[in-house]
Amino acid sequence: MIASRLRRASADQFRKRINRAPSPLLARGVPWLTVMLGSLLPVCLVIASAPIVPPLGFLVLLAWRQLRPGLLPVWAGFPLGLFDDLYSGQPFGTAVMLWSAAALALDLIEARFPWRSFVLEWLLAAGFIGLYVPVCLLLANIAGASSPLPVIVPQIVLAILVYPLVGRAVALADRFRLLPFMDIG
Amino acid sequence: MAPTGNRRSGYSRRAQYGAFFGYIAGVLGALIGAGLLIYSIVSPDAFSGVRTVASDAAAPVGKASAGTRAAGQGLFETIRGYFLAGSQNARLQREVDAAKVRLAEAQAIAEENSRLRALLALSEQSPRPVAITQLIASTASSTRRFATIAAGSDRGIAVGMPVRTPLGLVGRVLEVGDDTSRVLLVTDTESVVPVRRATDGVPAFAQGRADGTLQLRLINLGINPLKPRDVFVTSGSGGLYRPNTAVAMVVKVTRDGAIARMLSDPAASEFVAVEPMASQVQPAAPPPPSREGTELP
Repeated sequence: MIASRLRRASADQFRKRINRAPSPLLARGVPWLTVMLGSLLPVCLVIASAPIVPPLGFLVLLAWRQLRPGLLPVWAGFPLGLFDDLYSGQPFGTAVMLWSAAALALDLIEARFPWRSFVLEWLLAAGFIGLYVPVCLLLANIAGASSPLPVIVPQIVLAILVYPLVGRAVALADRFRLLPFMDIG
Repeated sequence: MAPTGNRRSGYSRRAQYGAFFGYIAGVLGALIGAGLLIYSIVSPDAFSGVRTVASDAAAPVGKASAGTRAAGQGLFETIRGYFLAGSQNARLQREVDAAKVRLAEAQAIAEENSRLRALLALSEQSPRPVAITQLIASTASSTRRFATIAAGSDRGIAVGMPVRTPLGLVGRVLEVGDDTSRVLLVTDTESVVPVRRATDGVPAFAQGRADGTLQLRLINLGINPLKPRDVFVTSGSGGLYRPNTAVAMVVKVTRDGAIARMLSDPAASEFVAVEPMASQVQPAAPPPPSREGTELP
């Protein structure tokens, strides 16, 4: 039922917008779902013998916090990080700690730079990625591995380059989230 | 972008408390994360139960993507095949002619081998695999090299069993769930495999470097006898891996050993076989070591 409604809604979205409202479930749930999907995707996408796939869950979280500050709460890093830790292969707790810390840090920086642009947001995200990936390597090394630092350089570069695309995808998800297809009344 | 106006909570006491407790929860989340992290570093197996349940839950997604991954690789190989068909055909023809001769020789040697074995009263040591299954996931965004296979305790998988493809060793089972298991790939930096050169048995350790290659460390230091294209197989010492499973080929000789490429790239292998533990086949071998058992002696 929902699927057919969605199809109709996207088919002639201008005519059928009157007397329709977005589903509150989707409006609230899509950001959480997309971050979880971002955590799962690198795991299933390729059987990699080197760390090359960007940490998509983290990128999606950053993108949501930058696109819609306050939509995902500041504490969202805790449950989403728990989910990421189940699959990422990092020592358990890495993402819980780092995602929570990143959300807090992003909030502080956002208060400092209320007027932002594409370049500033990209630079900011690049800074976060450039810190996050090496810290993950460090924590994995403390937990028993001994990976050298050059291993993660391609991943960092790729993650920074891919970030605007992730931002686009998140913007698409944001539009989908607010698609009005529920009848009012 | 314009600043969003919703940062100020205004006079609403409820909104003020909401923002305040949100920040408290954020800080608490980070602290709990740090606690979890310290706990998981102190006892690495603490969260294996939760992890295996989670990977069991995600197994259908992994299986579906394993199918499409295989199909995708097949598609690319088919397209590549069209471009290379002529030259490849000629080359393969030559190889087949050579291989026919070698096969006849190998049959003779195998016959001789079995005769000599019978003389020595040795039994054949090629055990049946416990399970043949798919690689359904890997930690592609982490520096740790774990993979998940689509078979668990329901098919008799146990911790420590070696995982291989027809081309060579892939890793060994680390955590077992109901219908998935987590495999430590040999390219992980925590994995150390005792190996020897296939031709003359020069012993070495193969340790992962987390980027798809292995570091070969020679046990007997001295003049480095390794050359590029030397193939290393498991030596079986330590009792973890069965002897004579192909592992890696030398690509670059270093001062104290060599850098080797894994022979069976897990990215290219659709199916893997899980073999019984070497110690189950050879009763004389030491008991299966724990997670720390692969450290250098």
